[in-house]
Amino acid sequence: MYRSPYISDAPPVSSIMFKVLLALVPGIIAYIWVFGGGVLVTITLATATALLAEAAMLKLRQRPVQPFLMDYSAVVTAWLLALAIPPLSPWWLIVVGTLFAIVVAKQLYGGLGYNPFNPAMVGYAVLLISFPALMTKWPAALQLAQTQLSFADQLQFIFSGLLPQDVKLDAITSATPLDYLKTQLTLKHDVASITQAPIFGIAGGKGSEYVSIAYLLGGLYLWQQKIISWHLPTAFLGALAIISSLFWLINPGHFASPLFHLFSGASMLCAFFIITDPVSGPTTPKGKLYFAAGVAVITYLIRVYGGYPDGVAFAVIFMNICVPLIDTYTQPRVFGHEK
Amino acid sequence: MNALVNLTKVFKFHGGVHPPENKAQSTQLPIGQLPLPEKIVLPLRQHVGNIPKIKVQVGDKVSKGQLLAEAEGTVSAAIHATTSGTIVAIEDAIIPHPSGLPDRCITIKPDGKDEWIARQPQDWRNTDCNTLIASLRSSGIVGFGGATFPTQIKLRVGCKSEIHTLVVNAAECEPYITCDDMLMRERANEIMKGIEVTQRLLGAEKVLIGIEDNKPEAIASMQAATANTSIQVVVVPTLYPSGDARRLVHLVLGAEIPYDKRSTDVGLQVFNVATVLALYRFFELGEPALSRIVTVTGNVQKPQNFEVRFGTPLPHLIKAAGGAKPDTTHYIMGGPMMGFDLPDENVPITKAANCIIASSPNLFAPPPIPMPCIRCARCADACPVNLQPQELYWFAKSDNFEKANDYKLFDCIECGACSFVCPSHIPLVQYYRYAKSEIIALDKAREAADLARERNEFRLARIEREKQERAAKHAERAAAGKEEAAKRALKAEKTPVLEVNQNAASSPVTSGADDVKKAAIAAAIERAKAAKAAAAAIGEAPKNIANTDESVKKEIAEIDARRQAAGIEKPAFDAEKQAKIAAAIERAKAAKAAAEAAKPAETNGK
Repeated sequence: MYRSPYISDAPPVSSIMFKVLLALVPGIIAYIWVFGGGVLVTITLATATALLAEAAMLKLRQRPVQPFLMDYSAVVTAWLLALAIPPLSPWWLIVVGTLFAIVVAKQLYGGLGYNPFNPAMVGYAVLLISFPALMTKWPAALQLAQTQLSFADQLQFIFSGLLPQDVKLDAITSATPLDYLKTQLTLKHDVASITQAPIFGIAGGKGSEYVSIAYLLGGLYLWQQKIISWHLPTAFLGALAIISSLFWLINPGHFASPLFHLFSGASMLCAFFIITDPVSGPTTPKGKLYFAAGVAVITYLIRVYGGYPDGVAFAVIFMNICVPLIDTYTQPRVFGHEK
Repeated sequence: MNALVNLTKVFKFHGGVHPPENKAQSTQLPIGQLPLPEKIVLPLRQHVGNIPKIKVQVGDKVSKGQLLAEAEGTVSAAIHATTSGTIVAIEDAIIPHPSGLPDRCITIKPDGKDEWIARQPQDWRNTDCNTLIASLRSSGIVGFGGATFPTQIKLRVGCKSEIHTLVVNAAECEPYITCDDMLMRERANEIMKGIEVTQRLLGAEKVLIGIEDNKPEAIASMQAATANTSIQVVVVPTLYPSGDARRLVHLVLGAEIPYDKRSTDVGLQVFNVATVLALYRFFELGEPALSRIVTVTGNVQKPQNFEVRFGTPLPHLIKAAGGAKPDTTHYIMGGPMMGFDLPDENVPITKAANCIIASSPNLFAPPPIPMPCIRCARCADACPVNLQPQELYWFAKSDNFEKANDYKLFDCIECGACSFVCPSHIPLVQYYRYAKSEIIALDKAREAADLARERNEFRLARIEREKQERAAKHAERAAAGKEEAAKRALKAEKTPVLEVNQNAASSPVTSGADDVKKAAIAAAIERAKAAKAAAAAIGEAPKNIANTDESVKKEIAEIDARRQAAGIEKPAFDAEKQAKIAAAIERAKAAKAAAEAAKPAETNGK
């Protein structure tokens, strides 16, 4: 009987997913340092919701619960979604988003390996469309906020929406750099003067740029561990740098610098953790380049011309639709065949 | 490594994997020799191609090297007695094949003398090349790398100096297997003679020996043997599956053999190092293929390589390796990447058996439950053919064979690199084997169906043709019979005695004779009419225009005129056919009329 090969050197799916979670840790630490510990609450809520929803759906679909729950793929989805939404959102927001991501975007399509769209991005898009006000209410970086909330205060705010008596909501929230830039540009200010505002840092937003750098480090770890190939992050960051440079060189007064785009919003998270989801992405090396470049271009266009401050989620979902097409037309040359 | 080696460029292929080598275990001891086993069981199916034809009977005394079964058809290989003794059985037994099915085997009871038949070495340097290659048919030599393709087929293009390069495959890339390694360490000089023979057979000027760099002793040995020759030892990096012929050719020459061509089409031929040695023994010593080196390793006490006669029962070999360790569950033939579970532990060693691995759950853990494919494309990165295994898997799983074909399923060499790296532990190669066999079966079924349909159509056409021919013949005969009757009637007029009926002799027949005459004339007229109709029909297809309007008739006439002007021929076949039918009908009518006319004559004659 043929059973060969009898040997394997592949890490199981669970170990791949575990390394992805590990690679997110530096980003989370930076996140806590910048925005406070509230994000831990969001992550915990998201993880619990994801695991429960996954287990329930597996049960309903009469699939083995244990092996699929232990592959950590639901946890990765939960963490990505938790890191993408504002950290001081009410508890039900992350629960609704996670439920949608796991139940609809993942399990209803057949579970692990069968979802055509990135579940975390579907969850994010649903929240952004349904609750736009909440989804754009980001806390100010702790170092910029007039009042700093303790972890207990953040916990209380997430679950009850109540702030300490002397604190006003405006005092703890602030526009994100991308958002601020967008609104200020519509007021005919130029980029140089806009970025003088205290919320801007060296490259991106003050504080949040460190989170971006931490994601970058985590991503490099994934690349070093051969969990992700260089194609996707390189093409995404490269294309984003190129398109933002083009616009910036033409009119630096109206378009932000490539550095700003690379280190603002979800750029780094997207480059190393979101578009690298293998299930909903392309498989051919060339296809990965096209896919990532497409996400970068659409993200940029939404940021500059679209109705939302950041465009990663919609860009990823749009490019997910194109994956079968991309894969079909980027088949590499087979050994011994003409192209 | 000498300077020459370092200068040789190696051309890397896409993908490839680095499984743990596990070769050291079986290279500690030299190649061992085995005592004679108690019985020799020689399966007829030891090679790719037709089963050879048995030339012996139960009870026959045979000598070592005696032909037991001769090659049958083009692709086939002979089987020889691997020791002297008596044929005690020719029956079905389990053979070392993945199917696990029994197949015809010849069993010899050795007499212990191990006596050779008269060996016939050939003066291969001075003999006509075609004669040499023809003699290979009775050598029993097949590709000893494991493919077991009859060697004479690979040499048939020889002697025409179309082959310029011989690549000796000594890469031995599969883990655990060390039979070629040991062969090169110990028998480099014989291999060199084999290369000389093979060069002569192929007319190849250039010779490259490809060896993976994890075999330094073998490399040193071959380099020493090839010193002062033009033969080049090319050290290739250890990367599974560098031993695949097409991959090796790419590695050592940078040449990519097109998928639909053989290596010989581009002037190359690849031979396994053991095959080359077997050629030397056949031509120089007159010894057919009787044994091979087999690596016995894995869960045995003393892993070692042995020179094993074909037909040696596996337990005999395992015993020589110190026996299997207690937790051995079964045996694997081949390496851990492409081998298969032996269906029985008593199978004989055959020409394909390069390696026997005693397996245990500790050595090869049972495969984990496969998880869904997450499209990580690690398999695509590992594929040495640059296929997209994740897509092929999807197509094979969903029985989408057309797409599988589009994605070059049949270029898959089943090396197992994809499964080896799959984090979901999907048995990918098994899916590809399934899809390939299904496609082959479907193609065969389609061919058979096409053939059956063609046959049926042909049959129906034949029946129709025969029917018409019969009708025509019948009508002719009837017409002839009527003429005969008419003649007879005329005769009867002169001599009032009918041959047919003696009673009629006394009866007046005049009126009857008149009738017959009339009938004959009528028949003649009818025949003439039929002939005329036929002639008319040939010239012009019949038109059903009797009841149409004048305008329509005119239109038809115009169309006909245009057609004629344009030089469009009328459907001659149909017209001819219809004319024939019409003529036949007319003839039949005429015959009937004649017969009816003749009848009264007879009745009157009564």
